[in-house]
Amino acid sequence: MTATALEPTVAAKPAEGRVRRVLRRHPKIVIGGTILLLIALVAIFAPYLATVDPQKVSPARRMRWPQELYWFGTDMMGRDVWSRTLYGTRVSLVVGIGAAALATVGGLALGLITGFIRWADAILMRIMDGLMSIPAVLLAIALMAITQASIQNVIIAIAIAELPRVTRLVRGVVLSLREQPFVEAATAAGTGLAMTMIRHILPNTVAPLLVQGTYVCASAMITEAILSFIGAGTPPIIPSWGNIMSEARSIFQVGWYIVVFPSVFLSITVLSVNLLGDGMRDALDPRLARRM
Amino acid sequence: MTAPLLEIDDLRLHFYTRDGVVRAVDGVTYHVKAGETLAVVGESGCGKSVTAQSVLRLVPSPPGRYVSGQIRFQGRNLLDLDMAEMRKLRGAEISMIFQEPMTSLNPVLTVGRQIGETLVLHQGMDQKAAEARAVEMLKLVGIPEPERRVREYPHQLSGGMRQRVMIAMALACNPKLLIADEPTTALDVTIQAQILDLMRELKSRVGAAIILITHDLGVVAEMAERVVVMYAGRKVEEASVDDLFARPRHPYTLGLMGSIPHLGSSLVHNAPPRLAEIQGVVPSLREEIPGCAFAPRCGFATERCGRERPEIEELAPGHFAACFEAERVAAQFAEAAS
Repeated sequence: MTATALEPTVAAKPAEGRVRRVLRRHPKIVIGGTILLLIALVAIFAPYLATVDPQKVSPARRMRWPQELYWFGTDMMGRDVWSRTLYGTRVSLVVGIGAAALATVGGLALGLITGFIRWADAILMRIMDGLMSIPAVLLAIALMAITQASIQNVIIAIAIAELPRVTRLVRGVVLSLREQPFVEAATAAGTGLAMTMIRHILPNTVAPLLVQGTYVCASAMITEAILSFIGAGTPPIIPSWGNIMSEARSIFQVGWYIVVFPSVFLSITVLSVNLLGDGMRDALDPRLARRM
Repeated sequence: MTAPLLEIDDLRLHFYTRDGVVRAVDGVTYHVKAGETLAVVGESGCGKSVTAQSVLRLVPSPPGRYVSGQIRFQGRNLLDLDMAEMRKLRGAEISMIFQEPMTSLNPVLTVGRQIGETLVLHQGMDQKAAEARAVEMLKLVGIPEPERRVREYPHQLSGGMRQRVMIAMALACNPKLLIADEPTTALDVTIQAQILDLMRELKSRVGAAIILITHDLGVVAEMAERVVVMYAGRKVEEASVDDLFARPRHPYTLGLMGSIPHLGSSLVHNAPPRLAEIQGVVPSLREEIPGCAFAPRCGFATERCGRERPEIEELAPGHFAACFEAERVAAQFAEAAS
């Protein structure tokens, strides 16, 4: 007997339709993604959108309020806040994405190791616990204090500060995946440990990592702004949002607009990244829940 | 007579946990001949799965440790092999079907790649050849439209189809021994029947020996040629299927048979015959049991059973049992049957 007529066939949906359906069901992805895309375009085309060289000092036109020529006004050195804010987008995105990528890759590697090797787990996770006991900002400040101020170092410092949380997440996922029958089935079929990791564990960590990555990205942008604001982040010569705010701090009462514009940009950027992350979590989690 | 395909010889596998030693497998001996179907029955926790898993050395160690015994597959003791040699055997010579078809497949890989994995691994096929073979295997296990199904993900298949995929994976390399660990427990009854039919059909075609682990005596009667009954980490009875059902010699086997509901054993008659159960629970395997492990639950138990452990003996040709009262058990069964 072959008896297969009982099992219904599921019609495969064309890929295009599936993408559209997911997007319609998760407007957060659309909204967050769209805003983030616009911000990314601003960052890429900053030289064309900026009206004035962001570094150009013109003492004669200091502290101008927003007006026709200077949309966001000028700061105490006569630099155009609009142009500086646009260029600041670049720093924020580079740091956010860079730190997220670094923390994700590092966390994935550490998480796989700790999830599979017992003695390494004991040692590495204690180190991670130690790192986690220090507030991320404080840790980043400490790391910046012992290195030179540069965007590269900011990214590394923030990534190290974010690393423990990603590692913990991956470790948890790996530990629960290890006990899944399909991993045992793979072992029973003669698959080696390395191959099991690559083919069976790794692809299953992608969804939670993607979501966590966006949160790390948002958090890294804020940390970068904080570091720059207190003068421990991006070198002051580069216009980052934190730097702009920091420079205007002392003249906040007369020129508050200088602080407001970059902070609004920062808020919108972080919000869009978080929206995107939330949307992805909503879209990916049901499948995750069914799997685990 | 040629040597059996697989011989498990006085296997003792103990788990060393924080709360003490658990004697999960405590001196089990059985064998499987080439092409034969052997059923291993017993209730949960009697060691039937662990014994079978130790054939593939899937029991994590620690906490598990092989205290003594041998597992000889085609004359080689599997417990002496290193991991690389073991990996070569797994999936190629001996493969396994698991209980949970819903979770035994990787949700993010297509069915074709999962079937192909063993082929790439053991037969050095390239991805393309493996996929072609996967289509063939799907066709063999009776999945319609195999060319399309091969590219689908597990969540697109029903439970019965997934179990068919598992069988296809297990048989892809033409293993000599297939261990099926409760392959139908998670499926509903009609699908169960289909899967059992399929296994029987494929067995005759592929010629693999099967160790069928189950707690369902109905499945045993339908599939197996020989049966091993396990209780508390030991073999308590072994016989051919016909002998076992015609003349059980261990009270535990008798109890298992008594606890099957029969069609027509209605509950609406005036004095409804209550479905017999085996009183009590499985003993803890942490403590050394001086006498027969089943004695506290056994209606035939005498004072001797609590003191002395009955050894397994051949009471009739090919029929082994570990019970002092085996003849009384058999006699009572015969009386009840007539």
